[in-house]
Amino acid sequence: MPAVQETVDRVKAIGVSEYKYGFFSDIESEKAPKGLNEDTVRFISAKKDEPAWLTEWRLGAYRRWLTMREPRWARVDFPKIDYQDLYYYSAPKTAAGPKSLDEVDPELLKVYAKLGIPLREQEALAGIGPDRRIAVDAVFDSVSVVTTFREELARAGVIFCPVSEAVHSHPDLVQKYLGSVVPTTDNFYATLNSAVFSDGSFVYVPPGVRCPMELSTYFRINEQNTGQFERTLIIADKGSYVSYLEGCTAPKRDENQLHAAVVELIALDDAEIKYSTVQNWYPGDADGRGGIYNFVTKRGDCRGANSKISWTQVETGSAITWKYPSCILRGDNSRGEFYSIAISNGRQQVDSGTKMIHLGKNTTSRVISKGISAGRSQNTYRGQISAHRKATGARNFTNCDSLLIGNSCGAHTVPYIESKTPSAQFEHEATTSKISEDQLFYCMQRGISGEEATALIVNGFVRDVLQQLPMEFAVEAQKLIAISLEGSVG
Amino acid sequence: MRRAVPVGIGFLQKITKNGAKNFRDRRSENSSGQLALNCSNPLIFGRGKIVLEVKNLSVSIGGRQILDDLDLTVRDGEVAALMGPNGSGKSTLSHVLAGRKDDTVETGEVLLNGESLLNLEPDARAAKGLFLAFQYPVEIPGVATLTFLKAALNAQRKQRGQEEFSTPDFMKRVKALAGKLKISQDMLKRALNAGFSGGEKKRMEILQMALLEPAFAILDETDSGLDIDALRVVADGVNALRSPARGFLIITHYQRVLDYVVPDIVHVMAQGRIVRSGGKELAVELEKSGYRDYVAEPAVA
Ligand SMILES: Nc1ncnc2c1ncn2[C@@H]1O[C@H](COP(=O)(O)OP(=O)(O)OP(=O)(O)O)[C@@H](O)[C@H]1O
Ligand SMILES: [Mg+2]
Repeated sequence: MPAVQETVDRVKAIGVSEYKYGFFSDIESEKAPKGLNEDTVRFISAKKDEPAWLTEWRLGAYRRWLTMREPRWARVDFPKIDYQDLYYYSAPKTAAGPKSLDEVDPELLKVYAKLGIPLREQEALAGIGPDRRIAVDAVFDSVSVVTTFREELARAGVIFCPVSEAVHSHPDLVQKYLGSVVPTTDNFYATLNSAVFSDGSFVYVPPGVRCPMELSTYFRINEQNTGQFERTLIIADKGSYVSYLEGCTAPKRDENQLHAAVVELIALDDAEIKYSTVQNWYPGDADGRGGIYNFVTKRGDCRGANSKISWTQVETGSAITWKYPSCILRGDNSRGEFYSIAISNGRQQVDSGTKMIHLGKNTTSRVISKGISAGRSQNTYRGQISAHRKATGARNFTNCDSLLIGNSCGAHTVPYIESKTPSAQFEHEATTSKISEDQLFYCMQRGISGEEATALIVNGFVRDVLQQLPMEFAVEAQKLIAISLEGSVG
Repeated sequence: MRRAVPVGIGFLQKITKNGAKNFRDRRSENSSGQLALNCSNPLIFGRGKIVLEVKNLSVSIGGRQILDDLDLTVRDGEVAALMGPNGSGKSTLSHVLAGRKDDTVETGEVLLNGESLLNLEPDARAAKGLFLAFQYPVEIPGVATLTFLKAALNAQRKQRGQEEFSTPDFMKRVKALAGKLKISQDMLKRALNAGFSGGEKKRMEILQMALLEPAFAILDETDSGLDIDALRVVADGVNALRSPARGFLIITHYQRVLDYVVPDIVHVMAQGRIVRSGGKELAVELEKSGYRDYVAEPAVA
């Protein structure tokens, strides 16, 4: 773990409770009028020049949403959101649709440079072997500003573009798959997203193709009082493979910001999708002021036989996290995986977990969740494992560990297990532990500072999950973990 | 370190003036005249400079007094053995020296090479050269032993303003030392102390000591629970580190280990203080007669 010391140095360099990505960029934007009604939905659809079916699809979702209520079952607590007091669309003025990098506003490029995201393909190449390249789709507020490596991907037959563009360039694929995993009626936030979603990434990997590089989307919320509603759609056709990474940051603000994204994954026969997230939205300050409300619906459908979907997430940011990346194991012998590290500090509230829904025969799933609570935060794992009557031979293994740092935080585990077939085998393991004074004293006696010792112990605790991340992300995640636990010792 | 009373030099002198008489009286009563004062012991005179000096140290845990006006001096090049009945406060002394937070220092002073330790965090004390081989080494799940060792070594070097070791240099050092202590490569890759046997944990403590090269090392019952061969390996490890520039405090219940690591002086601790000091033969004597001369009759309730 050579990154540990580096982590600590970095923590020290940024000072107490500094959120490194908290800067705001003054970039002129175009917004829809504040508030939400059918005109707002039509405005967004018109901005994107969408076909009539999609406008209707959005309006249908909007009407449905009017009849729905916010879910209240999660262990999170926040004041009522005034949905009429938000902007639902904000785009940098200069970014009217995706372009080549040369046409992108240099101010925007500066933002991504500051965030350390390589948008120039040459930069992405520098110092990295050709097999470790990453194609990036950069989403700024409501629109995608640039997508790199598109030509090279196109040569392999891989489509990687903003979803708003796919609506025009690949309407049949979009119409076939959009909403097929998370229907417009699914839940309050997903339905809202269906009505007003702005942009996000679209990926299609054709049959038998192994995507030649990692794909990644980098989300940045910049504007104030603007809801962020991305929609990501990834289709892995028969026998294909793709690994996709998602990163997110936002400026520091005293108000809360709503982020309600939907991600849909579809894996056909023998296909595999690996989806990794390092979520680092602004978590709010030590007193709980500001921060992102991250109310996200992520679901993968193992539609084909022998398909596999794997979610890996490192959750360090957001004031409130409400998120359950799930797998529908429809195809026989399909496999779902969920690896999660959820860290909460300060006044953060996390209610996260997964659902593994076994429908096909001999489907297997594995859930490894590591929750770490520090400060005055609350961290809940909520997981559902179910087997349908026809899911004979279904197997699940769940391991859910919580680590507490200090005496003012809380960790909770809420597993739901439901089996309608006697041949299903579900195993559930759960532990809760505390970083003990004895462990800290032992490490410090060897010369390791309290903060570094905590980072070391936490990194040990989450090691099983970190190993699932692509290497670059694992290093980044390790640093993030230390940064988000800063100030939790003592 | 929580402190009940601020201890400055002036304050210390005051305690000594007002408390000394009273303290000596009590001591001579309890130890039935057998007390040999450190300052009059020829064994520790004329040796190296003082590496560890503990003066008038009183410590309580949760309101209960555990160390009672304790004095102890260890010199460079010296191996001092510390023996005493269960519960007499030996481990507590080692923890206080290392800076554990549970212990409240009521009065007293601890100097390492003349520098006061009591206001330093445990990691700063370690960087100044204090090492404690724990009686019960702690398990650190998920953290590979090698990772831990490197973090520790480089953290200390950094605090001392020395250059950190590169991974290859570090590996070379660890491998050489591990070989001598019969610690396998496989064990170095496992999580620190997690699932290690009692003997393996103790050898790992010695490996850490050898790697960190402290100025003053406390070994708290490192010999307990070792088989004969392991005891020899550990003793060889300690002997290899004996040097005119290093002091040792070896806490033990058995004189056997002292056949391998021959002490320069033996201290006997009872009820939170040093009640007798002598040469190696004292350990042999204790083995025969036990501690009955040093332990007060239990109070009749
Ligand atoms: N955390 C604690 N809380 C309360 N009492 C404590 C604590 N730690 C130690 N003590 C008490 O302090 C006294 C001295 O304990 P210590 O462990 O220092 O003895 P020791 O001399 O090392 O004994 P042994 O030879 O059995 O290892 C004992 O009575 C013990 O119960
Ligand atoms: Mg002891």
